[in-house]
Amino acid sequence: MRITGAEALVRALEAEGVETVFGYPGAVLLPIYDALYDSKQIRHVLVRHEQGAAHAADGFARVSGKTGVVIATSGPGAANTVTGIANAYMDSIPIVVFTGQVAMNVVGTDAFQECDITGMTIPITKHNYLVKDAADLPEVIKEAFHIASTGRPGPVLVDVPVTTAKGEVDFRYPDSVSLRGYKPTYRGHAKQVKQAAQLIAKARKPLLYIGGGVTSSGAAKEVKELAELMQLPVTATLMGKGAFPEDHHLFVGMPGMHGAKYTNYAITETDLLVAVGVRFDDRVTGKLASFASKAKVVHVDIDPAEIGKNKPVDVPIVGDARNVLAAILAELRKSGAEPRTEAWWKVIDDWRRRYPLHYEHGDGSVLMPQHVIERVDALTAGRDRVVVTDVGQHQMWAAQYVKVRTPRTWVSSGGLGTMGFSLPAAIGAKAGRPDALVVDVVGDGSLQMTLQEMATAASHGIAVKLVLFNNGFLGMVRQWQDLFYGKRYSGTVLPQDTPDYVALAKAFGWHAERVDAPDALDGALGRAFDADGSALVECRVAREELVYPMVNPGGSIDEMLGGIPGGPVSEMLDDETLKEVWE
Amino acid sequence: MQHTLSVLVENKPGVLTRVTSLFARRGFNIDSLAVGPTEDPTLSRITIVVNAENTPLEQVTKQLHKLINVIKVQDLDPGEMVDRELVLFKVNAPPERRHEIIEVANVFRGKIVDVGKNSLTIEATGAGDKLAAMEDLFRAYGIKEIARTGKIALSRGLREQ
Repeated sequence: MRITGAEALVRALEAEGVETVFGYPGAVLLPIYDALYDSKQIRHVLVRHEQGAAHAADGFARVSGKTGVVIATSGPGAANTVTGIANAYMDSIPIVVFTGQVAMNVVGTDAFQECDITGMTIPITKHNYLVKDAADLPEVIKEAFHIASTGRPGPVLVDVPVTTAKGEVDFRYPDSVSLRGYKPTYRGHAKQVKQAAQLIAKARKPLLYIGGGVTSSGAAKEVKELAELMQLPVTATLMGKGAFPEDHHLFVGMPGMHGAKYTNYAITETDLLVAVGVRFDDRVTGKLASFASKAKVVHVDIDPAEIGKNKPVDVPIVGDARNVLAAILAELRKSGAEPRTEAWWKVIDDWRRRYPLHYEHGDGSVLMPQHVIERVDALTAGRDRVVVTDVGQHQMWAAQYVKVRTPRTWVSSGGLGTMGFSLPAAIGAKAGRPDALVVDVVGDGSLQMTLQEMATAASHGIAVKLVLFNNGFLGMVRQWQDLFYGKRYSGTVLPQDTPDYVALAKAFGWHAERVDAPDALDGALGRAFDADGSALVECRVAREELVYPMVNPGGSIDEMLGGIPGGPVSEMLDDETLKEVWE
Repeated sequence: MQHTLSVLVENKPGVLTRVTSLFARRGFNIDSLAVGPTEDPTLSRITIVVNAENTPLEQVTKQLHKLINVIKVQDLDPGEMVDRELVLFKVNAPPERRHEIIEVANVFRGKIVDVGKNSLTIEATGAGDKLAAMEDLFRAYGIKEIARTGKIALSRGLREQ
């Protein structure tokens, strides 16, 4: 049957099972929006800026495990998605971005609202397409969804000139794709798997280091089985939060720059680092030469380019985390391996007891940001919830104090560190998990980067709960100025009263309250969480609080500023109690 | 260290940009680049010469593999490849020195492809050292212009059964 390219695009989305798209129309998109108007399956969420559409699709994908979809117009619309695409690329999130393009016969002439979006997004997409002919649309869209969601997931962009949308195609949606240059490896090499299992079986001080790859491959169950079988301590990166239950006794916190001291000590002392779905990011490793320098390293990742990129590896295993862990488990069970980590646990428990995360509570008159996070966590712990964060100090406090228990219930911009991510991502998360309570932890700087999306939430009835940390600073940058630039707060001071966030939220029809003392906090949070629609609780938190502990930029991770004095590990091992454990 | 990469790609628009921009993005300077179709019309071969240490280069070849349009990447072993480049030299050649220049060209099996009033254009093919030696000798007469194709290479048939 001959249909238009625009109709084919909508039919293809329906065939992919797409039910929600985040978009913003424009002149060259008119044929597509006209076709979309007839779809009974697809709900279009009209954002207020295309960056918001990309972040919303990203948040949607993170919580649902499905591929997020964006539609943006040519030129500025397409360019506005770039930050969102880069964010999804860095965190390996599957989204497909459709951009309108000027007519093929004027491409390359600097036509009105033309920009070379495929050229611009080559470095930040897994792949992209310019579809010159309507006949190619079905196959391209099939490939786009396949590439975005398989292997190491990531964003794919499909640029659709208006002439393609208006062109005609004999529509038949392909059942499968065949790409000569794209065949991800899912099964780990049997010999390597066996070697990894042997190392795990004999290690005395092993550590399981997991990241976003565990979530995207759905390997949480296998991680838990492996950890429990061999009694392995587990550390999860910012991207890996939720891949292992953080209230589990085997969980030893988040590693790296703002990780707990005991976590970083464990990494420094481990004799076998089993890294799964992680990429040894600089915010995790600090100085590479001293990161897990006593350990043999097993690295499991679906992307061969990640293996050995930053840290030399003893046992590289390219494959899907779930498959590989299942194979390692099978090897361990077959050989009747038993845990040998009792002494190691004594050391870790001792560190955990002596160097917990810690902050000064004050005299009860000042709202401490860490306390706000603890209350948000406590008040929502029993509910089906998703915690979304923006980027900055509040993000690190949330990472430290929110106990994430299940996969896909933590949404945070990791690799790119995109301020302004959280509000649109929360809207996407709520669209992807309508039954969950979606709490967005956000700073005053971050919120102002994308706050127009408050209108999106209100007009679509997508309820998100914002907990705003207002300290009147661009806090994380100010923290570095405080520590490393002589407290010269250049460009980091924000007026705490402008805008009036409560009035602003109310202007969008939201429930809103301001809290400046600890005793009013629970009530305000409770009312916000129970409110029918979107809500904002503005917390006037201690202005100059710092995120601690903290690894000196470029320093070894066992030498941390702040918190309870301790470290480096080389000196601590002279400690009598530790000696006893090892002897 | 100089590496010769032979990259087999799908013959589609924009693929060359994807490949070369990857080198720029990762901070590598491409010394020479040659592209052309292969025995299979749907595929092209890109031969890239790049100066790099082994470890960072391995990262680039892995990243090349990740490009959807890239089918195969080989870092050719200098001892197990044949490589050639074609160069055109336009050399200053007043009538009284033409013979000398032609002689030099003949020694290297170069071909005179154009004769002007005051210049000769010589076509030469070969591996890098031979062409460098020719260039060196022609420099004495004054080289007006040089155009080169960039190196192309294939692995030797040593391991064929």
